[in-house]
Amino acid sequence: MRNPSLSSISRSEKSLFPYLFGLIFLVGFLDSWWRAEVRPLAFFEKEGREHLWKFLSGMFPPDLSWNFLSLMLHPALETIQISVMGTFIAVVIGFPFGIIGTRTFSVGGVLNEADVKGSPSRFVLRWSGYVMARGVLSLFRSIPEFVWAFMFVRAVGLGAFSGVLAIGVAYGGMLGKVYSEIFEGVNYRPLEALQSTGANKLQIFFYGWLPQILPNFVSYTLYRWECAVRASAILGLVGAGGLGTQIEISMRMFDFREVLTILIILFFMVAAVDYISARVRALL
Amino acid sequence: MNEITPEIDRPHIPWPSHEDGGRGSLWNYFLLASLVVLFIWSYQGSEIRLAQLFSREGGGEILSYIKKLFPPDFSPPVLREAFRGAIETFAISFIGTLLAVVIALSVVFFASRNLIFSGLLYEMEPRRGWRRTLRLLPYLCAKSLLNLLRTIPEMVWALIFVFLVGLGPFPGVLALGIHTGGVLGKLFGEVLEDVDAQPIESLQSTGANRLQILFYSILPQVLPQFISYTLYRWEVNIRVAAVLGFVGAGGLGQRIHIAINLFFGNQLLTLIIAIYILVTAVDYLSAYLRRKVI
Repeated sequence: MRNPSLSSISRSEKSLFPYLFGLIFLVGFLDSWWRAEVRPLAFFEKEGREHLWKFLSGMFPPDLSWNFLSLMLHPALETIQISVMGTFIAVVIGFPFGIIGTRTFSVGGVLNEADVKGSPSRFVLRWSGYVMARGVLSLFRSIPEFVWAFMFVRAVGLGAFSGVLAIGVAYGGMLGKVYSEIFEGVNYRPLEALQSTGANKLQIFFYGWLPQILPNFVSYTLYRWECAVRASAILGLVGAGGLGTQIEISMRMFDFREVLTILIILFFMVAAVDYISARVRALL
Repeated sequence: MNEITPEIDRPHIPWPSHEDGGRGSLWNYFLLASLVVLFIWSYQGSEIRLAQLFSREGGGEILSYIKKLFPPDFSPPVLREAFRGAIETFAISFIGTLLAVVIALSVVFFASRNLIFSGLLYEMEPRRGWRRTLRLLPYLCAKSLLNLLRTIPEMVWALIFVFLVGLGPFPGVLALGIHTGGVLGKLFGEVLEDVDAQPIESLQSTGANRLQILFYSILPQVLPQFISYTLYRWEVNIRVAAVLGFVGAGGLGQRIHIAINLFFGNQLLTLIIAIYILVTAVDYLSAYLRRKVI
């Protein structure tokens, strides 16, 4: 008589996977160590020590003069504005693409059974729409927002607008993917019930789909907004407005007191946004 | 008479009160209004020029920029450079994530409450002893250290480390490791804090000391989640490592930075394709490992 647990143990003992994995891991590690030019003692060499000391001693005390703070007020607010508009554009991009990229809404599932059956041309048309939406979303999100920002700075000029577009496009791709996952997860019974009363697709969407997904939808969008605040704070490094530009300038001028001040501002800003977002999500 | 008037026993079901609904919707209106205000304020502040974007001039500019990207440059030297950049990016994310794990693991045991000063392991100790205070100290230090590492974005760490140790992939490794160390420390800490108490209690009842409890009942429980979080952060890090080069920290980003600045559109597209392939490959690898390990 076979004992399943025993056989599984002996099979796992015979498996080559751990050895193979360990070997690949080790080789990859050594190769990466060499390629990444890791110097574990960098901070103990003379040069590194001097730089570290210059940096740390240069940071204190932070520059809290009224002059500098008032200068920073506008970039800090601009960072928030970029994140809000960027998230808005991301929703505008992600929502329609997310719907088209939902298999159960555009291609198969209860809703489309009657439409698609016995009509291969219609099926192919819808399927190609679905694949295209998926492809666009995947393209948007796999190019990092930094690269988008850099390209938009070249295309529409320096300033906050290119940051907005970069966040909008990159986060649109991410939101679209997550939205379609949320859409896939809805309960089909209400949709079917609506369909049986003769509701058309738009009505089904508004009365069967939307009420189910709304909490998840809002909370994920808010989460992305938090991420967008962090992202827009550093997009300025490539000239897309906000606090990042100031960090870049202060860093280039080796004024570490200003760097510390900006980091403190950034800390409080991110904490405030996290708090607001958490409060709103708790309301849902 | 009383027996046939059962009104008093009837459960009292209140009518849906309009006041509650009214208050709720007022709050909703307030939220909506503040959202609209936030939106308008942001619209004005962020120099949105949608008209420009869709006008013939602005739209044409973008279209001509996109046209310049095609076709991607697949000549051997460019491909070799893209390949080298991709490998370097991979190396940065790999070593950076390992460094992050080392940092997180060396801090997290001090930063989780149930391991350092309260809960099951310490219930035999006096509540307000000086030893408890002594234990609270490393806890607070570790927590604030993790917060500090986490709050500063990777790119800013990269800027700082480029200043400290010079250009090249190494500052990128440090930046990723430090920031991700903070993030993983927080995630690991959350896993450690809701570890199942029963195995700990049963080991404790056999007389195991705290180190033995850690190794034989806590670590086996949390290890799968640790690995899963690490793989997840690795996926994030490969994306970040691809752009760290913008501030001089090596990898594909450095080559992209050069290609954009010198208007080498065709090479830029090749590099972007390289990023796409690399990111997708790492996503699949990570998903495969997660399925295999857990």
